[in-house]
Amino acid sequence: MTLAFLALLVTGLELVVSHPRFYWGEVGNVNTGTLFKIPIPSSRSMVPTGYGYVMPDQNGWSRYLHFQSAWILVLVGLVYVGVGLFSGHFRRNLLPAGADASAKRLGTSIVQHLKFARPGAEEAWSYNVLQRLAYLVVIFILFPMIIWTGLAMSPSFVSAVPGAVNILGGQQSARTLHFFLTLVLVLFLLVHVLMVILAGFRSRVRAMITGRAAEPLE
Amino acid sequence: MSDLTRRKLITTGLAAAAGASGLVVAAKLAAHYGLVPPDGGGIYGLGETLTYAAQRVLTRHSLAREFSRSQISSKPFANEVDKLGDEFERSQQGGFVNWRLKVDGLVTQPGLFSLAELKSFAQRSHITMIQCEEGWSYIAEWTGVPLSHVLELAGAAPQARYVVYRSIQPDWWESIDMADALHPQTLLTLGMNGGELPVGFGGPLRMRVARQLGYKNVKYVTSLTVTDNIKQFGKGLGSASPEAGYAWFAGI
Repeated sequence: MTLAFLALLVTGLELVVSHPRFYWGEVGNVNTGTLFKIPIPSSRSMVPTGYGYVMPDQNGWSRYLHFQSAWILVLVGLVYVGVGLFSGHFRRNLLPAGADASAKRLGTSIVQHLKFARPGAEEAWSYNVLQRLAYLVVIFILFPMIIWTGLAMSPSFVSAVPGAVNILGGQQSARTLHFFLTLVLVLFLLVHVLMVILAGFRSRVRAMITGRAAEPLE
Repeated sequence: MSDLTRRKLITTGLAAAAGASGLVVAAKLAAHYGLVPPDGGGIYGLGETLTYAAQRVLTRHSLAREFSRSQISSKPFANEVDKLGDEFERSQQGGFVNWRLKVDGLVTQPGLFSLAELKSFAQRSHITMIQCEEGWSYIAEWTGVPLSHVLELAGAAPQARYVVYRSIQPDWWESIDMADALHPQTLLTLGMNGGELPVGFGGPLRMRVARQLGYKNVKYVTSLTVTDNIKQFGKGLGSASPEAGYAWFAGI
């Protein structure tokens, strides 16, 4: 799943390189104004980037791999969500528990995070309230949104489900939203990896793989 | 590691075996119902087959979104076109009166159509978006004769599965399945935004496949072939696009 995500990220960036311009609404092209441009050279000579340099074109295999990875991510993701709902994993481990849901606990957790306090051994067994909220947002908001905005770019898919793109304000809006959702997910990934490193990389990765947390050594 | 019991290993093994055999059965079913695209082999075959099969189950008859006249792009982009060659230029100087669309393959009446003949058939227009795989797009009104009408006149055989079509540009040929070939919005396009179809946008004759990306919308169409065996064309991948590394099905 991580591999599929990274493949989607790399190929998605390759696709952006062929047209590093973003628009809002239904349509946009090199003859129209943009919402914003990414200041990089393009892999297409007709895109006016001001660089006078054309990057190598990687769109063919990037598109093939992007969609194949998306299928893997969606199918594995559905199994994960199904098992998570069925087994009670989400309810037990991700929904903020009664006492945790209070504003005070949330505040405490935020302060602890800002102090970069290393979590104690007891925290190795469960997620704190901020972690829980972050994971819930990623699983139930960001991933569904990025899948939706991706589908909303497909001319054939929206012929069957026009509402999927109309509600977003148009096909170019869907493309722009897809790009921003990618940025948010990458930000989550970076913070997630940073947190794991701060909390002790080896023990946490071992815990992720085996499903057990080691007893403190000392 | 005491939790990794033999029972767990056996259960996981059985689940994996069931999953693998499920995939094999799914692949057989997809092939049986014609849901495997011509480029459905190779390392990206799984993704392409899933995409094409899902699209055909979901979108076989759906219509591309149509827009209002006020949404027609005032600044469409024609994209770059390679030099079209002497044959094209001579035809252009003659007002394209010698331009012919050749129709052959699995048809009872193979033949040639002039542009005047194509214009004499009932025309259909739609205001739709064309999207390039790179990400840019525009909306235009396209006018032409539905491909289904020409296929009917030529007497396409019931066992036809694909229509192959070619440009005057030698490297550009494509194919679509019958779901797209008989689709009411698939036009042999002769006009754009109320006028003639400009050369930059594919004039005098462009295949407009409304639910697929720009590269399936071949410009300067000169011939089409109806077939039940797509493997005999080119390298057997369905069209020039997979040979150049791009997916055959461009509905996404």
